[in-house]
Amino acid sequence: MPVSTNVLAGRSPARNLLAENGSLAALVVLVVALSLLSGDFLTVTNLLNVGVQAAVTAILAFGSTFVIITGGIDLSVGAVAALSAIVLAWTAADTGLPWPLATLVALAVGVGCGLVNAALIAYGKLPPFIATLAMLGVARGLALVVAQGSPIEMPEAVSHLGDTVGGYLPVPVLVMALMGVVAAVLLNRTYAGRAMYAIGGNEEAARLSGIAVSRQKLVTYALSGAFAAVAGIVLASRLASAQPQAASGYELDAIAAVVIGGASLSGGKGKALGTLVGALILAVLRNGLNLLSVSAFWQQVVIGVVIALAVLLDTLRRRSSR
Amino acid sequence: MRIHALIAAGAALTLGLTACGSSGTSSSGSAGAASGGDIKIGLSISTLNNPYFVQLRNGAEAEAKKLGVTLTVTDAQNDASQQVNQVQNFTSQNMKAIIINPVDSDAAAPAVKIAERSSIPMIAVDRGVNGAKIAQTVASDNVAGGKLAAEQLAKEIGEKGEVVVLQGVPGTSASRDRGQGFTEGIKAYPNIKVVAQQPADFDRAKGLDVMTNLLQSHPGISGVFAENDEMALGAIKALGAKAGKEVKVAGFDGTPDGLKAIEAGTLAASIAQQPALLGQQAVQNAVKAAKGEQLQATVNVPVKVATKDNLSEFTGA
Repeated sequence: MPVSTNVLAGRSPARNLLAENGSLAALVVLVVALSLLSGDFLTVTNLLNVGVQAAVTAILAFGSTFVIITGGIDLSVGAVAALSAIVLAWTAADTGLPWPLATLVALAVGVGCGLVNAALIAYGKLPPFIATLAMLGVARGLALVVAQGSPIEMPEAVSHLGDTVGGYLPVPVLVMALMGVVAAVLLNRTYAGRAMYAIGGNEEAARLSGIAVSRQKLVTYALSGAFAAVAGIVLASRLASAQPQAASGYELDAIAAVVIGGASLSGGKGKALGTLVGALILAVLRNGLNLLSVSAFWQQVVIGVVIALAVLLDTLRRRSSR
Repeated sequence: MRIHALIAAGAALTLGLTACGSSGTSSSGSAGAASGGDIKIGLSISTLNNPYFVQLRNGAEAEAKKLGVTLTVTDAQNDASQQVNQVQNFTSQNMKAIIINPVDSDAAAPAVKIAERSSIPMIAVDRGVNGAKIAQTVASDNVAGGKLAAEQLAKEIGEKGEVVVLQGVPGTSASRDRGQGFTEGIKAYPNIKVVAQQPADFDRAKGLDVMTNLLQSHPGISGVFAENDEMALGAIKALGAKAGKEVKVAGFDGTPDGLKAIEAGTLAASIAQQPALLGQQAVQNAVKAAKGEQLQATVNVPVKVATKDNLSEFTGA
């Protein structure tokens, strides 16, 4: 399927899609290259594995897409993901709360962290970098405090989120698709989404045109927190165990996925589909490096180079199409 | 104005609360000291927010009580600069010897130099110190542990077949030493082939992902060595029903979750460190140093293989 898009036949919709999305072209190149290098890469099982491995990063990154479109940044998503999962496992295990309620509490924790971020940014006038850096520390610390430094078992009902449907279709991939659709609809079809683009494009103009900027920032960061909570729950479900140190450093993967997907860190630009492609590029790359048995030290070099190349490809395409 | 006052009050409150929650010193040891006389020893621990180091402290306190010396324990809360301050305080408290469990092997050097200036002998425990002279380092023998893991895994898989290694954070001494020991140990078995060595950063989620990927390229493996239990548990998740049956997994550290997996039969073995013994040895040698005896440069505290057969030894403690 991806190979046919390389054929330069007419103005097919696929070709238009590639021309618009440099990152999608990068993903296709990567997939073709890995299929040639490793016989184990292009199998249904392996591609589903890649999907599962992309899921947590992608869900975090969808949340970060909102924030980055407004011209902000959220460094706290990894820590908030860990805290939410820990709160879920802890409330279910230690206080005996039924799992649906515990899940709601966990989501509320994510939203709450996002609201605190937004309040510091919108009303406290802190730069987003600093406000969310502070939240990174607080959330990670609280996760350790609540868990007393040790992993907590996840309630069994919730752990099914890490399983497969009918022994075949992995649930994390379904959750990723669902969250992706939610993100796309929010961005393209709702007032909140349009407000995010407006704020990122020009905050002052957005304010003058009657958008309640501070309130919309609350919505934006709360969404980021909620998506982080979902990502944390999916991650913990895969392991059947919530870990206070889980997802550390994932915020950087999320930001990389968003930017590889064509968003601009100065705001106003970004798409849910692009972010999904960005997360897939990272997952495909890590999977491929394992299959090819690349040494530990070189893996980090290769990942860095591919991130730079993917974004470079996108900017070059944009410039030439202008 | 009022907002500023509020913020300041909030900050002060937070500081106050955290200070109460984790205040440094806890004294223990000699109630009616006899043989130790008035020997005072300080122990600065990297963090007590980790069961491993709590066990280390317990071992140290028990030994201090036995020898009848006064042991003062402080918690550096994983902050290297706080640790330097604590060692500085120890020197002004006239400690006869100081034990440091470095937050960071490089960042501990200034602390060691402070003690050196006051001619107080210093012992490092669990982690070494780089760039400063120290009387003695008491640590687990990670290389020997890696070798033990190789032997145990070889035994489990009948001394033949393909195995993969899940490596820790690239470049860390624990990963280097454990990996080196395993590579040396596995050489003794010509029918065992290490088909892949991939990093999973000591992390359970990454262990799951990397193992999933390796199963695609090497579906026929019969053994896995993970350089810590967290990655081993991730690998077990990836192996599913195969874990403990067609594929044997060996881990490292003997963590509570690891021991549970051994009991369940999914983890074949874990190389357990003995944190309590580390603490005990450190105090024993600190007392020797305080009495002016010469110390050997390193003490390697043995590691032990935990399997289903001897599990009670580890879960009991």
